[in-house]
Amino acid sequence: MIDPVTLAVLKGRLEQIADEMDATLFRSAFNPIIAEAHDASHGIYDAATGATLVQGKSGLPIFVGAMSFAVKAVIDKAARDGDMADGDVYLFNDPYDGGTHLSDFKLVRPFYRDGALYCYLASVGHWHDVGGNVPGNYNPVATESFQEGMLIPPVKLFVKGELRQDIVDIVQANSRLPGSLYGDLNGQINALDLGVKRLNALLDEYGDAGVSEALTELQHRAAQLLRSYIAELPDGRYSADDWLDNDGIVDQPLAIALDLVIDGEELTFDFSRSAPACDGPVNISRATAVASCYVALKHIFHDVPANAGVLEPIRFVIPDGTILSVGAPKPVGGYTETILRVIDVVFSAFAQVAPGRSNANAYGTINALSLAGHRRDGRRWVMFSFFGGGHGGHPEGDGLNHGNAPISTATIPPVEILEAAYPVIFTQWALRTDSGGPGEHRGGLGGHYEIELLEENADVFLFGERGRFPPQGVVGGGAGALNRFAYQQDDGDHEPPFASKMVGIKLRRGQRLLLRTPGGGGYGPAHARDPAEVAADVRDGYVSREAAARDYGVVLSDDGGVDAVGTDGLRKATAE
Amino acid sequence: MANKRYVIGVDVGGTFTDVFFLDEATGAYDVAKVPSTPEDQAVGFIAGIRAGLDDLRQAATVVHGTTVATNALLERKGARAGVLMTSGFRDVLEMRRRDRPRTWGLWGQFEPIVERALRAEVEERTLADGTVHTPVDIAQVQAEARKLSEAGAEAIAIVFINAYANSENERAALGAVRQVWPNAHVTASHEILPEIREFERASTTALNAYVQPVISRYLGNLEATLRDGGFAGDILIVQSNGGVMSVDSAKRLPIRTALSGPAAGVIAGAHIATEAGYPNVITCDMGGTSFDVSLVAGGASMLSPQTSIDFGLVVRTPMIEITTIGAGGGSIAHVDRGGLLQVGPESAGSNPGPVCYGQGNDRPTVTDANVVLGRINAERPIGGKLDRLDVEAAKASIATHIAESLGLDVMDAAEAIIRVANSRMAGAIRLVSVERGHDPRQFVAMPFGGGGALHTGALIKEVGLARALVPRFPGVTSALGCVIADMRHDFVHTLNTELDALDPARLETEMRETAGRGLELLSASDVAFAARDCLFELDMLYVGQTHTIAVPVALDLDDADARIGRDDIRAAFEESYRRAYGRLLDGIPIRVMNLRTTVIGRRPKFDLSMLAGAGADDAHRGTRRIWADGAWHEADVYARLDLPVGAEVSGPALLEQPDTTIYIDPDLAGSVDRFGNLVIARKEPI
Repeated sequence: MIDPVTLAVLKGRLEQIADEMDATLFRSAFNPIIAEAHDASHGIYDAATGATLVQGKSGLPIFVGAMSFAVKAVIDKAARDGDMADGDVYLFNDPYDGGTHLSDFKLVRPFYRDGALYCYLASVGHWHDVGGNVPGNYNPVATESFQEGMLIPPVKLFVKGELRQDIVDIVQANSRLPGSLYGDLNGQINALDLGVKRLNALLDEYGDAGVSEALTELQHRAAQLLRSYIAELPDGRYSADDWLDNDGIVDQPLAIALDLVIDGEELTFDFSRSAPACDGPVNISRATAVASCYVALKHIFHDVPANAGVLEPIRFVIPDGTILSVGAPKPVGGYTETILRVIDVVFSAFAQVAPGRSNANAYGTINALSLAGHRRDGRRWVMFSFFGGGHGGHPEGDGLNHGNAPISTATIPPVEILEAAYPVIFTQWALRTDSGGPGEHRGGLGGHYEIELLEENADVFLFGERGRFPPQGVVGGGAGALNRFAYQQDDGDHEPPFASKMVGIKLRRGQRLLLRTPGGGGYGPAHARDPAEVAADVRDGYVSREAAARDYGVVLSDDGGVDAVGTDGLRKATAE
Repeated sequence: MANKRYVIGVDVGGTFTDVFFLDEATGAYDVAKVPSTPEDQAVGFIAGIRAGLDDLRQAATVVHGTTVATNALLERKGARAGVLMTSGFRDVLEMRRRDRPRTWGLWGQFEPIVERALRAEVEERTLADGTVHTPVDIAQVQAEARKLSEAGAEAIAIVFINAYANSENERAALGAVRQVWPNAHVTASHEILPEIREFERASTTALNAYVQPVISRYLGNLEATLRDGGFAGDILIVQSNGGVMSVDSAKRLPIRTALSGPAAGVIAGAHIATEAGYPNVITCDMGGTSFDVSLVAGGASMLSPQTSIDFGLVVRTPMIEITTIGAGGGSIAHVDRGGLLQVGPESAGSNPGPVCYGQGNDRPTVTDANVVLGRINAERPIGGKLDRLDVEAAKASIATHIAESLGLDVMDAAEAIIRVANSRMAGAIRLVSVERGHDPRQFVAMPFGGGGALHTGALIKEVGLARALVPRFPGVTSALGCVIADMRHDFVHTLNTELDALDPARLETEMRETAGRGLELLSASDVAFAARDCLFELDMLYVGQTHTIAVPVALDLDDADARIGRDDIRAAFEESYRRAYGRLLDGIPIRVMNLRTTVIGRRPKFDLSMLAGAGADDAHRGTRRIWADGAWHEADVYARLDLPVGAEVSGPALLEQPDTTIYIDPDLAGSVDRFGNLVIARKEPI
């Protein structure tokens, strides 16, 4: 058996290889979604099953669970064709096999030692534009994946080390931004080259057999670690339900419902009660659903390593035909909204069984906003950005104001970069008062953004959620504020009919967009919050005086201090 | 009248204040180490100087590496500051770039250093192209500033959107605030960082305001105390970029001292190693809770444009790139639920400290493992606060917490802790070297700080470094760095234009003017320089990319006819890009984002061979039993400072000196070079 010390050393070395692949792509990528938002990932995968052996720490969290499905798709393809060789690299973006959505292009490279397949290395990155009806590919009214972009099944990009230029030509011809795509593709190829070099050096140093043994052992350790956490939780069935506003086609809510079953050292995620597959783009594939649960678990149990061993004590019940397990050509472009809701229900269910480990829901919507038009000289411009919101209250304190989504570590571009690149001016970039869910530990605040158009005309697209169902609180905490979007037209202000989804609204010079994003849910009953903290929140403008009385039962005197008698009375009256 | 002849380097650390004295007339040197006085660092500072020099009139220059700003930032003990921002943007500081403290786990929190009630807004707006959209309302500016002052703000930062493109509104506001502000602590963002990206600029400007009253008071106090003692020379402050600046500059730009102390250590490491014939060096500073590494290639330290002091506290000024991991002598070892041995990041620090200190901690640390293995002398602890270390308690703790869970013998368990700790430190070294494309075989490791020299041998083997070089006085390296640091001033300005649209004549004028400002600062300082250099870099990228690369651009300032052209700039970009990423991208336009100008006044260096001691007749102090590679060895023990130049020491060996212990593994050997450095290498060359 491998000694525990060598194991610890190899664990660090292997993680470093994946991290270094991440860093290579981030530095050389062309599009800001990879370079700034780190919407990419790299790892090492099992030769036989595609199971995740090691994954980089700096990539997008959702890929940690999803990439093993992508590698498995290549394994199946190679088994059918029987012609895989050293130096091959497969390219594809099929979301039904490989998870997530069409924008994510996966490169999978078999890694050989002495002529035998040892493992796979893979790279995934979100390309800026992959065709389809909407620039940037967040098409809220797609009913088939064909309207969302090109779909490439696993094909060989390299054959025995030789690049097939015709494949590059095909994908470039299908994008509005072929140059950006080309730069990103090269960055991914570089990352894989580097991974091959580093892994060879490590195997030369420690021996193939020793590293194999370490990789197997690390899976066991991860499984053992998660089992020990599950064993501490009381057995039982814990349910949490939440809803998507609509699918962009039919305006009715879609349930995401979880029954979490804890049984000894094992747990089951049962999503049977969730809505059936819908017409619009908020479906996800089974691979994506599994990956989302993994992300939520890793937020709850931080120290569980990012490898497939973690999945061993978990059973998934995700019936085909539900919104969480669709096949081609059901549209999946808005997958971010659905996986955020899956993560929310996992947090809510865990808060019931382990209130000291979970947290209230974060803002729960990506708000993909796209403004597109032409400049006076005819050049096309597309401003595409995601916006932030509040995190949920948690056992240690209030939620973070204006954070990024749990599925991502993406940062937002600065206003000055956006204004320098696009004909817009931001007139507000602020925290949104009263958006945090009331609670003993308040939810973090969402954002309040206002954008004015400086060019003659632009088309506006928005893909968001949480316009009808706010982020939930846990352990007695209240909900955060709803997502609110408004746009100016000649006849006044409007809100989209689907609350947070719209396509191709025309904006004219001087007209504004207003986006107010949700805060996080609260943790614990609001009346348990220290009145002095509520007074401080009012002084700083995080909470209004009215909300202090309404939600927290705190009455303030004219100088802003706590009116102890009034507060006591109000809280008692509310309790009765 | 006393002859001004001493240059004095003073490094104030958390525990000790280290002083290095250089007599410029004779080349003689002296060192002193006195306890730091955290309540008022100036007290320890003066005591340290007095320890080596009675007559302050003899001091020509005092150069100071300080942690006052670092501590104020980390401990959130800066002044109450106010911020004045463009209407609609007062929350930029708090909204950050929409990030979170950790990838995994959503429990993070962030408290900005300026509370929301002290962030005021005024009507004004400049567009990205520099056009003033709304002129600033001066009356409103003064009214808001008065309110902030009345609310208790001691310092104020003014940050307007797009001020990097045109600072007109911001300058008008600055002038107006100065008229009503009760003190000199007024900072505007265009003075600190005229660079695009409002959060980074606002954060840097606000942090400058936050530490300004603290630093100004401290430096003012220090200056007065020195002058009272008869000191009539210059006081220079080490910046995070490794260069020094005048006290006046430091009071104006205190945020540039955020990493002053560690930077001085790296400067010294670079100089000592380069003089010794090893211009490629990785400095390794191991303290109680952390292990800091920094890479020096070709004698030059690496600078990073931006650093986070803590989550959300972003400082964007050039700083020596120092990578820190939570692995120090106090790092706690434990076996996790999965049965894996882990070391750190949790630390016992120096209080309660390792188990062997007997101050209440019962969980084993890296130092405990070193004590159990015999590598640290339990009878003579460093620092002098404790009489002896409790080996048995350390051993019992390792047995209970590690050996039993892993099924190992206690000695093997102690060695396992060291191996895992070494592996983490090696990871940090790989991160700055191998991962950035540097060949480790061309680098030497230089340990300083109290604990580094116990681990360096193992590190060079694990990473594949050529050798290790232990300076003669590892404990006063930063103070020595103060004495040799150059004066340096950095400037940045955002141009943000496509190369094809760049006006080369205008760029050249700006380069000459900026360099002129830097040279004036050098002249104003009264310091003697051996040479003056002006360096220019353009941050450039292909249109569509977000990360820039630094492109060096040459301009001969002495030749008034010298010109730069777009073709030169393009060629320089392509050369830099090819080196960084391999392939050029033909047909895609190139953008010039920023101009960076650095003006350096080279201070004269002294002959480091002065440091080498004469040596004593016999440095050998006996032997001690140590455990290594699964067996007991009898290791030779030496008094390090008594070893003469040219002495050879074969491992296993322990070299003791007042501020550190050096461990030489059984398969390594050391030799003393002509500067008194100990050079450790493999017995069998690889």
